[in-house]
Amino acid sequence: MKRLLTALMVITILVAMSFSVLAAEQPFKGTTLRIVLSNHPWTDAIRPLLSEFEEATGIRLQVESLFEDQLSQKLLVEFASGTSTIDVFMQRPLQEAKQFQENGWYTDLRPFAEADQDIDLDDFFPSALLAETVEGVLTGIPIVTEQEIIYYRKDLFEQAGISVPTTMEEFEAAAAHFHDPENSFFGFVSRGQRAAAVTQFSSFLYSFGGNFDVDGVATLNTPESIEAFTYYGDMLRNYGPPGVLNMSWPQALAIFAQGNAAMYTDASVFYSNMLDPEQSDVGELVGFAQFPAGRAGSRPYSVVSWGISMAQTSKNKEAAWEFIKWATGKEITLAAQAGQVPSARTSAWENPEGVKSFPAQLVEVIMASSEGSMPYDRPNVIGVGEARDVVGTVIVTAIEGGDVAAAANKANRDYQAILDREK
Amino acid sequence: MLSRWFDKRIRYLFVMPALIFVIVMMAFPILYTFRLSFTKWSMSATRPPVWIALGNYVSLLFNDPRFWGAVGRTFAFTLVAVAVETVLGVIIALVLNRETRGQNFIKTLFLLPMIATPVAVGMVWLLMFEPSIGVINYLLGALGLPQGLWLASPSQALASLIMVDVWQWTPMITLIVLAGLASLPREPFEAAIVDGASRLQTVFHITLPLIKPTVVAAVILRTIDAFKTYDIIYTMTQGGPGFATETLNIYSFVLGFQYFQMGKASALLMVFFALVLGLAIILNWLKKPLAV
Repeated sequence: MKRLLTALMVITILVAMSFSVLAAEQPFKGTTLRIVLSNHPWTDAIRPLLSEFEEATGIRLQVESLFEDQLSQKLLVEFASGTSTIDVFMQRPLQEAKQFQENGWYTDLRPFAEADQDIDLDDFFPSALLAETVEGVLTGIPIVTEQEIIYYRKDLFEQAGISVPTTMEEFEAAAAHFHDPENSFFGFVSRGQRAAAVTQFSSFLYSFGGNFDVDGVATLNTPESIEAFTYYGDMLRNYGPPGVLNMSWPQALAIFAQGNAAMYTDASVFYSNMLDPEQSDVGELVGFAQFPAGRAGSRPYSVVSWGISMAQTSKNKEAAWEFIKWATGKEITLAAQAGQVPSARTSAWENPEGVKSFPAQLVEVIMASSEGSMPYDRPNVIGVGEARDVVGTVIVTAIEGGDVAAAANKANRDYQAILDREK
Repeated sequence: MLSRWFDKRIRYLFVMPALIFVIVMMAFPILYTFRLSFTKWSMSATRPPVWIALGNYVSLLFNDPRFWGAVGRTFAFTLVAVAVETVLGVIIALVLNRETRGQNFIKTLFLLPMIATPVAVGMVWLLMFEPSIGVINYLLGALGLPQGLWLASPSQALASLIMVDVWQWTPMITLIVLAGLASLPREPFEAAIVDGASRLQTVFHITLPLIKPTVVAAVILRTIDAFKTYDIIYTMTQGGPGFATETLNIYSFVLGFQYFQMGKASALLMVFFALVLGLAIILNWLKKPLAV
């Protein structure tokens, strides 16, 4: 009898052990992760794949998605309360990484990435990882990249026999040629709203040889910078639509997509909106070209617009890493890029599958734009919101045809104050 | 034993829920904001607020042209919007008060703007104001009238916002004045008719003096509300073009949630709080001699 009992016990233990071996393949089974995402093509692309992850790991995902402004506000309010239950969130490294890191809201992903070679950090564009690194801390894994490019009307340029502009002079000449405000047709459109315009203006600034700051010294009032402000303002005032001062990308894109402008400069990610017949009347007629060259050559920004991060307050960090690794892995990145989301992984760009959904001309332009590109499209400071408003005031003055030099001098003083504060 | 204890204190117990609500939801936030206004804090979890005494107030009041611009715009917006709303609201109420057919239908129609959500109202007006594809310029153009840039022009943006506010809130004045008109006694009017007063004389010498207290109450409510308008401005211009429509509320939002300067934003809100309080006291004081 005693033997039988012992035997039973041994069997029970063995069975229990074998179950636990099975369970080890799903170590996070039953964990629930709260994931907060932006309403972005990337989110649309991975949403149908989430159930695969849930089945493979046994982790339950609770996904919320919000428009980007609401997303920022939600993150701020939740993290500031210190009792947030968010595990994983999407963020814009250039807009938020420095401040969020300063506030201690990120979990450093570097230890996770170093312990887990599956992520293969070497496959990411080095500049993209740099954009996510603040004071040595890897604040997130880049998921979406973008460059500033020219969108133009292929049909009109062909009809007029004008070649696609490659320099600022040709760019202005083309805008002047097509500008016909009597018939509500404009040579050029881009953003004019104070803060929103700064990112799309940055490529003009760099291409004219200017910059926001150099080695901690504000350079908004150098002759190069003033020339860039003046050029951008003149272009929009002389060849742009009325009301450009209240335009961010949705308004500017709408003007171009409705066939009311010959050229539009903005981020490359909007090409899918242009090609979508529901949002655009110009679909097949849109051409893509590299940003025009100024005195310093063609120097568009090439940035990480979105990354995915782990909250400091997350109670399920191991499981959260599992999700981040999956969502930014080669396979999912390739799938997302096939869904028209430009990624930061070299392997996705080298794979024919990964570029199949992009117009060939656009891939060429994106590749060419990486040469000489700048890794940020806005002042690279903690107080980026404030700095954008400072730079934006000069853009507004330039568009209104005011005294650009005076505005630039004042902005330079204000921006220097921000830089000094952060030293 | 216990029930006697309750019986004795029942009058306090009944007000407890309201009292707790006021303390938790109103007194605490105001006091907390007051304390934050003396500190420098970026909402950081790792760096606590740093005490800087009056630093935020000094930088706001003496070194910040944006603040004074916002003060001016807040007052301009409130004064003009409320003045236009009062005049229009009273006139509409006087017209609607006459017994005509379909009066109720027309009344309901007039009240519709007030019911709409301000954010939705802002989005719709944003589209209508669009200079090249908006319906307002289209209509003006069709009639051969000069077109405006509306929200896209620094000089017209604030006026455009006032137009929207007037559209949305004139009905509120109308509603209150209508209620006042309904409660007026008949005798003075009958006496006026007997004395041979013209219709206009009746309005100016009898109706208006009688409804003055109602109008003043409506103006006070509307002024305080207009002073803190946020939603339509944020949805339509976010304070732009440039800073042309940045009011105190918008600036405090920007300071807090875009610049991460919670201390300065709190200081601004305390100044704002004092302004609203002062305004309420002045209006109340004005009301006394008027309300006879």
